[in-house]
Amino acid sequence: MARYAAPGDAGSVVSFRSRYDHFIGGEYVAPKRGQYFENSTPVTGQTFTEVARGTAEDVEAALDAAHAAAPDWGRTSATERANILNKMADRIEANLEKIAIAESWENGKACRETLAADIPLAIDHLRYFAGAIRAQEGGISQIDDNTVAYHFHEPLGVVGQIIPWNFPILMAIWKLAPALAAGNAIVLKPAEQTPASIHVLLELVADLLPAGVLNVVNGFGVEAGKPLAQNKRIRKIAFTGETTTGRLIMQYASENLIPVTLELGGKSPNIFFDDVAAQQDAFYDKALEGFAMFALNQGEVCTCPSRALIQGGIYDDFLAQAVKRTEQIKQGHPLDTETMIGAQASNDQLEKILSYIDIGRQEGARILTGGERADLGGELSGGYYMQPTVFEGDNSMRIFQEEIFGPVVSVTRFADYDDAMKIANDTLYGLAAAVWSRDGNITYRAGREIQAGRVFVNNYHTYPAHAAFGGYKQSGIGRENHKMMLDHYQNTKNLMVSYSPDAQGFF
Amino acid sequence: MAERVALTPAAAELLRKLTAVHGPLMFHQSGGCCDGSSPMCYPAGEFRTGDSDVHLGDLEVEGIDPVPFWMSAAQFEYWKHTHLTVDVVPGRGSGFSVEAPEGVRFLIRSRLLRN
Repeated sequence: MARYAAPGDAGSVVSFRSRYDHFIGGEYVAPKRGQYFENSTPVTGQTFTEVARGTAEDVEAALDAAHAAAPDWGRTSATERANILNKMADRIEANLEKIAIAESWENGKACRETLAADIPLAIDHLRYFAGAIRAQEGGISQIDDNTVAYHFHEPLGVVGQIIPWNFPILMAIWKLAPALAAGNAIVLKPAEQTPASIHVLLELVADLLPAGVLNVVNGFGVEAGKPLAQNKRIRKIAFTGETTTGRLIMQYASENLIPVTLELGGKSPNIFFDDVAAQQDAFYDKALEGFAMFALNQGEVCTCPSRALIQGGIYDDFLAQAVKRTEQIKQGHPLDTETMIGAQASNDQLEKILSYIDIGRQEGARILTGGERADLGGELSGGYYMQPTVFEGDNSMRIFQEEIFGPVVSVTRFADYDDAMKIANDTLYGLAAAVWSRDGNITYRAGREIQAGRVFVNNYHTYPAHAAFGGYKQSGIGRENHKMMLDHYQNTKNLMVSYSPDAQGFF
Repeated sequence: MAERVALTPAAAELLRKLTAVHGPLMFHQSGGCCDGSSPMCYPAGEFRTGDSDVHLGDLEVEGIDPVPFWMSAAQFEYWKHTHLTVDVVPGRGSGFSVEAPEGVRFLIRSRLLRN
């Protein structure tokens, strides 16, 4: 086991600055009102830096910079933009450890994940969109012998992006990469819970982008997010978060008649059919791991498999082994390389999880393991740790219907295929699901019948670029992580061209 | 109709403080990711409610206008057997909810209505 030193301590691979301003027009500028807010690490609860508290004036300054940069940036060749994205990826890769440790300290997640997933995926995502924009083609429609419709992709111009706190860097890159590739200038607001790590990354890549192409305004949703989302000077707003804010952003967007993309969470069913246990082999072991995936990223994943549906024939044995597997999850210091589950991102997040444990108990759900806040002792006692928790209950209970956004799974049984589909689709959300079976006919049919944008078959929590990601039902609008996201950052320009010298014959 | 929603003294005190800054307020209960499954507090009328929402009640706070509490009708179907109490805890972050800059977060505590 290795333990990375805490940022700022002797031997640490990363140090945060004592203060972060806004990044506007290619340089760091102080907030117009001169206010800052403290940023703490959920690992210990201690403040480690302060961050500019942005307001409408700062958003306007960032939009000025973005509008100044957008025309030239939009005219660069796809090759030029792709090369920049590739260089950004190379820089991040060369500093992977530094960025990964900064991200763990910022968010509380185990560095095992940031080193192996968050940051490598971010790097790959930039390279994917560098490739995608190079390969993108417009279209030509030959209307008749003398008439041709040409279709060009053009950037929208200046776009706004509001980033969540659960994957502060990866979610920022998911949004940045397609927008930059398509030739847009950006004003981005990081989450107020996790505003600092993106600046560690930004300092490494800022010189690669023309000034004003990417601007970052820090601050609170109500003070900085709202004046961005509501602004007349953006051509699109992208948001990852929850349903009420998603609706509010759509309302703001309707005032300006601009498009939105939204990713708003889920309550994803993880379905285990009887034949999973036909043999006690590697696949069976993989399925048990698949059950335990609810604890990945402390359960703070929009796609968290937070409902486990287990078929009656294997229910007792599979669940007993799954609980055992859950109890083997190693909780500890997020900067230990063997730690599997770290800290929840904030105190209010932990309090919310505990409030759901309470209502789960009141509704009669049984706790099979966990159910308590974890006190890891020493400096970690000030951090926000939650035991991985397995509830057993019924799909009508609130713990089966609401996104707890913690390491909590609610388990129930199903009788047959139809019962599984009924329970799986009995939810407001449709972001993800998983089907585990050795029978390809079952996995195919279930995969098509479940109303969700991503159905994992015999795996979970894989997010490679080039696999579309987005929601059905109340889980959002748009598909990220795939070249189709380029469409959400582009206008279609149609040139309708006549090659006939003759009058059209109307007048 | 039985009371469906209430608030703690700490939440009432915070609502008084926020009203002085933002004027009359409203709540809309959120679902889903990140800051979801929590009540969002906005200036009254900031969030447009409609036929897809249910008005659970008005929170009475001495000295300020009643604060209406809303939830989407679809979500209410899964919540209607529970009574909600708006509380407040230290924290950070909350979408566009107005209390976030104060370093606190509104939170829902629930109990079963049939009890």
